[in-house]
Amino acid sequence: MNIQVDLQESDKVLKGYVRGEIDAHTAPVLREKLEPYQNIESLNAELDLSDVDYMDSTGLGVFVAFYKSVNSQGGHLKLSGLSARLKRLFDITGLGDIMDIESAGKGGI
Amino acid sequence: MVQKIGSQYKEILNQYMQRQSEQNLYVGQNFSRQLISENTSPEDVISMHKAAMQELYEDMPETVWHSFDFLIEMMINYGLALQERQSLLQKQEELRVEMDLAANVQETLLSTTMPSLDGLDIGLLSVPLRKMNGDYIYFISGGEGHAGIAVADVIGKGLPAALCMSMVKFGMDSLNDSTAFPSEVLSTINRIVEKSVDDFMFVSMFYGRYEAETGVLTYGSAGHEPAMIYRAETGEFEELTVKGLLLGVSPMASYEEKEVKLDKNDMVVIMTDGVTEGRTAEGFIDRQVINELILRKKDESAQTIVQFVYDELVRMQNAELSDDFTLVIYKKV
Repeated sequence: MNIQVDLQESDKVLKGYVRGEIDAHTAPVLREKLEPYQNIESLNAELDLSDVDYMDSTGLGVFVAFYKSVNSQGGHLKLSGLSARLKRLFDITGLGDIMDIESAGKGGI
Repeated sequence: MVQKIGSQYKEILNQYMQRQSEQNLYVGQNFSRQLISENTSPEDVISMHKAAMQELYEDMPETVWHSFDFLIEMMINYGLALQERQSLLQKQEELRVEMDLAANVQETLLSTTMPSLDGLDIGLLSVPLRKMNGDYIYFISGGEGHAGIAVADVIGKGLPAALCMSMVKFGMDSLNDSTAFPSEVLSTINRIVEKSVDDFMFVSMFYGRYEAETGVLTYGSAGHEPAMIYRAETGEFEELTVKGLLLGVSPMASYEEKEVKLDKNDMVVIMTDGVTEGRTAEGFIDRQVINELILRKKDESAQTIVQFVYDELVRMQNAELSDDFTLVIYKKV
């Protein structure tokens, strides 16, 4: 049960930072934290996952659900700081092709 | 009956008042268990105590008796809480029975028949973490030397995952064509799943179409763990990677398919992430570990290999798997 989620939103820009493990136990925590923002119109969200050590398919489900609702409101979601392991998960599931993801070590983090 | 219990209580209390020994307390404890098993409420116990005291020590000041009346009043809500707990226990038992029934229905509903094809040895195992399985193996066999296999995994566990899986099953049933190609099968199932599931529910699925005459497996994947091929000639494993999005994310998704030809003693290993996402005290179980386990039994039958891999992984994780576990091996013989 080890997860930390910090979210800050102002003027339709959401900056987030997640640390720890996202699995069946912690995913509901993450989902609950993201929920208040999912219906904001044209939300521009970026979640930094560089300190996420582990994520399983349940965690993936949370991000996809958030991606779908943000997208349907004309917004954009970006996930950054993905470790090789997380990147592989997004690639295998085909989500890497439709979602905006960025590996660790690239871009301005 | 009530009178008898009352006089028993009085006797036990009296013994304690005289000696205050451990033995007397022990008798009291046992008696309280009997009261609980007979659903005696806390306020009734105190009433009984008051009555016993009145008989044993009638000269007590009035204030003591009043205090008991007050205490009885105080206990009434505890009695109600106790009743509530009992009715919850009963409801829980009813739910358990229903879950068992549902698991049986699921087993019947999702049952599939292993095809028999010339030159192909199939081994499989699917073990749910809880009662309901969120993994699913489905065969379509037509008897023309073709067979299709679908291995699917619902993200999520338990009852909702199982319900979602029924949808995949009905989609497969409605196709019922062993010669269908993976891209077509996956697109069809994707449309069905996309229409009917919640935003946070997705299915990953591998689909393979095998032709006995040529030994060719045509495969596609909807966001599923890549299958692996073991080449007997080189002794190497290769990942069968192929592009495709999880089922249920977008109705527009299209699915790539690729071919691989199996030669004698080659194996195709299809699994769900319950196999690869295992964790031990030292860290993750990676594919290398799984490959090594398969190699140790590579000359055995497909079923023996599958069972061995499962047993070893369970042992490595101290018998605590964290997800539904499904493993299928196709071995060309």
